[in-house]
Amino acid sequence: MSNEDIRALPVYLGKRHFRLDDFFDVDGAASDQIRIAGDARKVKWIGRDMTMGRITIEGNAGMHLGAYMKGGVIEVTGNASDWVGAEMSGGLIRVHGNAGGQIGAAYRGDLAGMRDGTILIGGTAGLEVGMRMKRGTIVVAGGARDFAGLEMRGGTLVLGGAELRTGAWMMRGTIIALRSIEILPTFSYASRYNPTFLNVYARHLKTLGVDLPHLAADGSYHRYTGDVAIPGRGELLVWEAQTS
Amino acid sequence: MEINGVQIVDTFAEAFGMRASRVVITAASARWAEIAGLSMTGFATSVIGCKLEAGIESVLSPEETPDLRPGVSVLVFGFDADGVGKRLIERIGQTILTCPTTACFDGLPAAPERVVVGGTIRHFGDKFQSSKLLDGRRYWRIPVMEGEFLIEETFGVQKAIGGGNILILAGNEIAALEAAESAVTAMREVAGVILPFPGGIVRSGSKVGARNYKNMTASTNDAYCPTLKGRLGSESALPENVHSVLEIVADGLDRESLENALSRGIRAACRPGVVAITAGNYGGKLGKHHFHLRELV
Repeated sequence: MSNEDIRALPVYLGKRHFRLDDFFDVDGAASDQIRIAGDARKVKWIGRDMTMGRITIEGNAGMHLGAYMKGGVIEVTGNASDWVGAEMSGGLIRVHGNAGGQIGAAYRGDLAGMRDGTILIGGTAGLEVGMRMKRGTIVVAGGARDFAGLEMRGGTLVLGGAELRTGAWMMRGTIIALRSIEILPTFSYASRYNPTFLNVYARHLKTLGVDLPHLAADGSYHRYTGDVAIPGRGELLVWEAQTS
Repeated sequence: MEINGVQIVDTFAEAFGMRASRVVITAASARWAEIAGLSMTGFATSVIGCKLEAGIESVLSPEETPDLRPGVSVLVFGFDADGVGKRLIERIGQTILTCPTTACFDGLPAAPERVVVGGTIRHFGDKFQSSKLLDGRRYWRIPVMEGEFLIEETFGVQKAIGGGNILILAGNEIAALEAAESAVTAMREVAGVILPFPGGIVRSGSKVGARNYKNMTASTNDAYCPTLKGRLGSESALPENVHSVLEIVADGLDRESLENALSRGIRAACRPGVVAITAGNYGGKLGKHHFHLRELV
């Protein structure tokens, strides 16, 4: 597309139609890379259905960032709002700051959330992170609020910490808590070990700049299975560092 | 042609098209990875008698393995992809799954031809198994008494070459063995190649069929048996001053690596006490891959 064509792209403000250049200046050569500079915290659906290329947002991003995304990379230097990577099926979203709720989640009424891909949140996240996610990996380096992994169907959710009801009604999948969390009474304690598959994840995440503890010398994981209220076959792995 | 006074016979090694897989085995320590690798590659010298040829290709550092633990790379060779897949299921199921702390990964992830291995072995988990899909690769986690066994769902299979060989003709047994050991050391440095026989060396080279037993698929290579020189019914191929012969058989993932290994092996085997280096072939009628010794050196 030429820059003129891009400037003419439709943008909605509520129900009203506008041109993209009513809000943005457009420059640069044709490329599969887009850089958005400025405060985009009210701009929704950035990277929706994206299949390839790269979008860099220098600042904050609005709701539904990378929703339904299938490939490519989205990077946000600031914060992002709710529904980051909702129902995405591929690609990488990296938010350096905090994010809202429903990251990688299923939209209301839909059965499955994120189907594949990776979401990395450098800060904290809101409610219902990974709700009904089926596959893929979400890492929230800081803490997540209530109901992380709600009705989870699969995939891997790594949390720096979490508030209440983590893994509620989860059927499958793995929630890894890097700090002690409150465990629902409908989860059963199984054992303490160092799962080999986490070594594979640690190697993969290391390439993305995320350190996942996995060495037996550093500690081990407590495994809980549940949510037996469903009954589900998910697992909670809670890291406990080795104290010398 | 001579190297260090050792004659390089103007002949060729005849090798065969095969299919191969690479299995990366990891464990909590290099020792357990090696134990697992040796167990898996035991009784895998000849595809005719063992249904598979296998060997440890290399020792891997934690940085080289998918799960950041010490490991070994194993190459397995069979007649076809289906056979390789079946043998992998048998061998991994009996020797890796059972071995403490191990995990098992596909070493040919780019190979388009795939065989289901972990996807079958997972049934050992009796529906308590679970899987993880990461970067397009599916891993099965099978609960075991020790903890958990991790194995990749599919393994790549690629075209390969089996049966590359050299024969070391020496003046006595010790000279033959020392030369063969030297060749094995040099050949094992080549990636993509294994020497499937014990210590990499074969003392009982064979010919196709037998002169006197109808049902034998292979029998002793009497032409290269020093003790049969001059014996009626056997036509010796050995010069008078040869009193011991050892063979090295090599399988490779591609022609280039096999050529490299054979070349290194020939040069390393040209030591005092060795009379000649030759190779086994069937007149070029059975195998489509011919390695002419003089072109290799």
